[in-house]
Amino acid sequence: MNEISNNIILVILVTSFATYLSRFLGVISSEKIKETSKIFKWFNCIAYATLAALIARMIIFPAGVLSESAILYRLAIIIAAILLFLITKRNLVYPTVLSAIVLALLNNY
Amino acid sequence: MINSKYFFRGFKSLKSLDSPALALGASFIAIGALLKNIGFNLEQSIFSTFLTYALPGSLIMAESFIVGASLINIFLAVWLVNARLYPMTVSLMPLLLHKSQPRWKYYLSCHFIAVSAWLIMKSNYQKIEKRHRIDFWMGIGTGTWLTAIISTIIGFLASDYLNKDMMIGLAIVNPVYFTCMMVGAMKTIQISLSIILGAILGPSFFFLSPEWSILYGGILAGSLAYFVGEFK
Repeated sequence: MNEISNNIILVILVTSFATYLSRFLGVISSEKIKETSKIFKWFNCIAYATLAALIARMIIFPAGVLSESAILYRLAIIIAAILLFLITKRNLVYPTVLSAIVLALLNNY
Repeated sequence: MINSKYFFRGFKSLKSLDSPALALGASFIAIGALLKNIGFNLEQSIFSTFLTYALPGSLIMAESFIVGASLINIFLAVWLVNARLYPMTVSLMPLLLHKSQPRWKYYLSCHFIAVSAWLIMKSNYQKIEKRHRIDFWMGIGTGTWLTAIISTIIGFLASDYLNKDMMIGLAIVNPVYFTCMMVGAMKTIQISLSIILGAILGPSFFFLSPEWSILYGGILAGSLAYFVGEFK
């Protein structure tokens, strides 16, 4: 048991180090980058694009329990959520809460 | 040291209309339950969210842990999925840098860079005077980070009452919230194109390399969008 417990601590430390590394290196680079520069604009585009890539991957090729739901349900819910978000003047509560309930129910059938 | 007026103004963004609290709460409740199911105890689960605070990284960690991956493999898998934090930091921190502010604030608060806090800061920074932005950001970050930690505890304690369908319902909240926030962020051609191309190219590259797909897709899509925006 003790060995497993030590192992879990190590896994957590390795995960957090791997995560903090990118944030830390980002701050170091930021010291030399002006917000009006072209390189800042370029990184801004890359940041939004990698986020979009990550989110699309979470929906289409999910990790964890989400992979046990049907992809058609997930895509339909995302499209419905975007429409709902736009119709309700950018309210985020309706799309998030409703999508959770609808997907849980659909998956139950 | 920290201007509390701006700190709490940032902290209160948890109550705003585009509050990330709900989405963060749902996804970290799922993380708490997941960590319990794979054999973490409560302290370890709290420790994990406290130190990592990035959802995809924690998911990868849990999956790698179940299959007994080596520490090197876990490091590489987490680093790759969280490498997006580098361009996110580089496109945020220059907006917050001010010569009157001590450096430790930046190296400490970069820990709060995660999609939810980042998107909130990006859509609000112009309302704050530059020298106070780092304190405002530390408020947002502390609020979202605490929400994640508390939700991890709730998820861990509630895991016996959560069935699979409920877990799946919780897991869709985060992608839905992020998708809506991204749609809301589409204000210039460059950003809109970055987001649309990223959403197409990211999953496309998955067929070439699942591990590298986010970075390849994101860098290519972002660069294309940048050049189209600059030279159109």
